[in-house]
Amino acid sequence: MRKTTYIQAINEAMRDEMRRDERVFLMGEDIGHYGGLFRVTRNLMEEFGEKRVIDTPISEQGFIGMATGAAMVGLRPIIELMYMDFFLVAADQIFNQAAKMYYMTGGVVNVPLVLRGQHGGGKRYGSQHSQSVESTFAQFPGIKVVTPATPYDAKGLLVAAIRDDNPVLFLEHKMLYFTRGDVPDADVDYVVPIGKADIKREGTDLTLATFSYTLLQALEAAEELKAEYGFDIEVVDLRSITPLDMETVLASVAKTGRLLAVHESQSNCGIGAEIVARIYEEAPYLLKAPARRLGMAPVSIPVSKVLEEEILPWKKNIKAAVLEMLR
Amino acid sequence: MTKPSLQASIPSALADVATAKVTLPNDELLKMYRSMFLIRRVEESLLELAESGKIGGAMHTAIGHEGSAIGAAWALNKTDYLTCTYRGHHHSLARGMDPKRAIAEVLGKATGFAKGKGGSMHFVDPSLGLMGANGIVGAQVPHATGMALAARIRGEDRVAITFFGDGALYQGLMHETFNMAQKWKLPVIFYCENNRYSEMTPISRTSSVSEIYNFVKAYGMVSVQINGNDVEVVYATVKEAAARARAGEGPTFIEGLTYRLSGHMAGDLETYRTSEEIEMQKQYEPLAVLQQRLIERGVSEDQLEKIRAEVEAEVEAAVEFAQDSPWPPIAEAYTDVYKV
Ligand SMILES: Cc1ncc(C[n+]2csc(CCOP(=O)(O)OP(=O)(O)O)c2C)c(N)n1
Ligand SMILES: [Mg+2]
Repeated sequence: MRKTTYIQAINEAMRDEMRRDERVFLMGEDIGHYGGLFRVTRNLMEEFGEKRVIDTPISEQGFIGMATGAAMVGLRPIIELMYMDFFLVAADQIFNQAAKMYYMTGGVVNVPLVLRGQHGGGKRYGSQHSQSVESTFAQFPGIKVVTPATPYDAKGLLVAAIRDDNPVLFLEHKMLYFTRGDVPDADVDYVVPIGKADIKREGTDLTLATFSYTLLQALEAAEELKAEYGFDIEVVDLRSITPLDMETVLASVAKTGRLLAVHESQSNCGIGAEIVARIYEEAPYLLKAPARRLGMAPVSIPVSKVLEEEILPWKKNIKAAVLEMLR
Repeated sequence: MTKPSLQASIPSALADVATAKVTLPNDELLKMYRSMFLIRRVEESLLELAESGKIGGAMHTAIGHEGSAIGAAWALNKTDYLTCTYRGHHHSLARGMDPKRAIAEVLGKATGFAKGKGGSMHFVDPSLGLMGANGIVGAQVPHATGMALAARIRGEDRVAITFFGDGALYQGLMHETFNMAQKWKLPVIFYCENNRYSEMTPISRTSSVSEIYNFVKAYGMVSVQINGNDVEVVYATVKEAAARARAGEGPTFIEGLTYRLSGHMAGDLETYRTSEEIEMQKQYEPLAVLQQRLIERGVSEDQLEKIRAEVEAEVEAAVEFAQDSPWPPIAEAYTDVYKV
């Protein structure tokens, strides 16, 4: 084991898979010569050349469509979107084309494509550069949604995503990029399976199911709730949204009797609402109190620091929600 | 990695330019100079504020791009619609937006023109015809074209101008819009601020077309390439395009060659270009060109200095105003979702 940043973990996953499998190639804006706006694709053009690391014009619909086409005939493209918000410019190619291809063709043509990039609030980027999109993507069968919170999970899940035969959305919260964590040595080939949650903190009083950056916020909230109120919160890292590992969530709620689902996409019709609905459908008898969700307030994301802090479902808001449930 | 060298400096790159050129009276040029210097100082002040951590997110300044904003603002009326990109401070200030409200907005303060909700990428003020800057490359172009359509439907004598970068031409919606604008002869002016870079990538690396103004020729659109750093050239060209639009002759595409002297955004390390390249471009930048012209036409250095001192004081006061302004009340986070 050694420590790396989240960025480096992702960079290594791409590098290793490109070394291992010559079908893997990259497309995106500023990713080649410059190495990516956030330096996530750094040095990859030097190693793999312009043929496999392609600097595109600002043509998201075009190059995501092209990646879909290349994937349909057996290549394994990885697309970097500079800001995940720009997926909307290419929405038809993602949702009507890539996601549905396998089903529409009766299992004859599949699309092994990875769409990755950074998203999320916290840096005052405003309404068109801060959204979290996992709940939107979860509405479309055929595309997997992966949301790692640690460098270890990021590397293992990206390797899994690249090897997956389906389109996979791989979400990197911008606040995670410079976080550090343990990652196996460079020569260790490991995979974190898509669709498997992980308990990041054990507890007995309440299950907090979350992922990506709100996981770090939830862990901090849990420590403070312990220190300040003596509550023991169990924090489940979902790691993937599609498929969703409800089994782990149910097992945790069997222990705690309480469930709070937290995420940065909209609360309204978000993945938290889905998790809460499933608890009521599958095991309502486990609950000692009503299950709840906490997501983004139903507004676009403002630039002003004070307003952004107010609406993000981060530590302060997580603690408030937990306290309402436990008192 | 490879540092691009610009194939041509601005004057020699003016290929088949067939544009009008005017000589504006000195008092008008002095007003332009004042506005241009104000934009420059606001942008520089904002960069300083960003460096000290007071501005988050992505802030794109237009240092070097002022010629297009000033020339167009003088050629059009405030009733003419304007949309632009995230790099849009200059257009708003050139149309007369109060620098106090502009800087306050970028800082996320309650006194900003959008109460701190929109910030640097979303400058807007309908009372000045400023119908919005946009964070999504290309998105503002159909908007302006739709405003031109609205003017046509209502029978109003208004034109719309939309500014976009060289990087925007590769978005499909641009071409959908060009076709409709030309087919319906809409009163719209497409102004490309070609600074030869799309973020950190020189446009020559990803474009199959080397002269951007050629793009729309297939649609039958009138298209010219001009020196976007010369306010008199920009003024004359936009004026002519507006006259064509008002006469029902349809859209005009203007490629204004320019160069951004600042980074793509605050904090840009600019490893993708050389300092020699930037130095070389400084001799063509709009403020230097205008200053030189004024001197040549008999304006004294003292007169210019007086203007600069006034502007310095105004911008300093605006920065102070913005910094001293309160944060928006928290309840503001929940308003403006729906109009009631
Ligand atoms: C649809 C979309 N894709 C990508 C981006 C990220 N982005 C912001 S500015 C920019 C470069 C635009 O270059 P250009 O159009 O030449 O304008 P300039 O910034 O040079 O003024 C890119 C890629 C975006 N904002 N929107
Ligand atoms: Mg450009």
